Amino acid sequence: MRKVAIVGTGHTPFTFATEKTSIELFSEAAMDAINEAGLKSKDMQALYLGNCLGDFSEGQAMMQSYAANDIGAFHIPATRFEGACASSSLAVRDAFIWVASGFYDVVLVGGVERAASMGTSLATRTFAMFTDSHYEYPAGLTFPAMFAMLAHLYSHKYGVPLERLKEQMAQVSVQSHAYGMSNPKAQFHKEITKEDVLNGFMVTSPLQLLDCCPFSDGAAALVLVSEEKAKELTDKPVFITGIGQASSGRLSAQKDDLPRLRAREESAKQAYDLAGIKPSDVDLCELHDCFSIASLIAAESLGFFEFGKAGEAWEKGETKIGGKIPINVSGGLKAKGHPIGATGASQVSEIYHQLRGEAGERQVEGAKIGLTDTLGGDGVICTLIMEKGW
Amino acid sequence: MDYKLTFKDYSKALTKGTLLGLKCKTCGNITTPPKMTCQECGGTDLEVVEVKKKGKIVTFTNVSVAPEGRQNEVPYIIVLVRLDEGPWIMGNLIDIDPASANMDLIGRDVSVGFKIFPGDKFSPGDQARPVFSFS
Repeated sequence: MRKVAIVGTGHTPFTFATEKTSIELFSEAAMDAINEAGLKSKDMQALYLGNCLGDFSEGQAMMQSYAANDIGAFHIPATRFEGACASSSLAVRDAFIWVASGFYDVVLVGGVERAASMGTSLATRTFAMFTDSHYEYPAGLTFPAMFAMLAHLYSHKYGVPLERLKEQMAQVSVQSHAYGMSNPKAQFHKEITKEDVLNGFMVTSPLQLLDCCPFSDGAAALVLVSEEKAKELTDKPVFITGIGQASSGRLSAQKDDLPRLRAREESAKQAYDLAGIKPSDVDLCELHDCFSIASLIAAESLGFFEFGKAGEAWEKGETKIGGKIPINVSGGLKAKGHPIGATGASQVSEIYHQLRGEAGERQVEGAKIGLTDTLGGDGVICTLIMEKGW
Repeated sequence: MDYKLTFKDYSKALTKGTLLGLKCKTCGNITTPPKMTCQECGGTDLEVVEVKKKGKIVTFTNVSVAPEGRQNEVPYIIVLVRLDEGPWIMGNLIDIDPASANMDLIGRDVSVGFKIFPGDKFSPGDQARPVFSFS
């Protein structure tokens, strides 16, 4: 297996509803990534594109083909990845495998979504398609409702009183918004307080408005190349050294594993094993904070904190820059935004710039190893580990 | 390999007051809602059985923001219930004011009924769903 490097990134601002089309958004991110890599569109040998809901947001399926053509990468094989909110992480993982195998030397990968453009009602309906349509959606299951149930279960199972847990969850959102202030691509540039979170509109108990990430529009793209090709392009390559992916059954089928998602633990183990590292070796993490409680659940299963204790870690500042494991210093899905098909590539982009020392005010000094965790629906999980390559 | 208990047959039985599941002849566990294989061991030697309609609430939420087309249903409570025979199923808790839902619901005994979700433009027709009442 060959080493695979990231040599270019592109990232549109993540925003509320935009007037740009998905193709336009993705092409902007893609050209930035290709230019940053010092390459041309015609150098791309394949495109792997994460997109979930183009069919619903603008009546556009199969956009990967038009996207390749749009940027002048004529007739290259272009494949769409749909793994709900983890779509572009799955695309990155597959791009890694194809380059590592020797089949391709240069692959363009990324994702795009116009979730904000759909409006809350249609977006809530289509996001609910990432649940079991026959056995669970009829009950009115929504995405926040799933994590709301996990929050109550978390409180009960770990003996953290709900009021206490709510405060810990609020701290997650407060931290993310604070870091979002220093990310020019973030959807929110607004500090919030714990009281703001706890006084918010109740979306689905116990999740209030500011426990939930927003609906967002945006795109992100990366250029992945072989080690040999990377040597021609940069003296600061970032290597992907660990990958993991796993799947799950419907929420009720996950039973006693809940509120842990077993798929996350399987996926993380694959990635840690391949990279030959352990959780304590990770210098920073971008994890899937679609809801505040989701951050606690993810951080524990990734091995950063004991089960039931992640909330305390956030309260003690262990997840801040300078703490045990800086988490979501990009602002995370909560403040940076969550255009679902683009989120994984965006997380990887953050790690790439952090490892290269290019993250500005939110730089984690000396970071050498970064990890991304992306969750799709109630059980598609992808873990990626990146390492500084010089 | 034929699907032993399809959604259509499971749903139809539920509308007649019967909760069906699959008993695994390899490990003895019961899987419901149905699947091609046993949820516990992956076994394929399964027998359709009637499952007792009793269980305990494991977790819940009171939903205030509904998907498109279901705004008239809010507020409503969704619960996950552990059936006495092992499987977990999802449905709505009825018979209480949703605003009164709190942590005391966890562990409460419930029995299983049904209600029809008439579907929407994305779903193919009527779908039976479990609803739960306090036993």
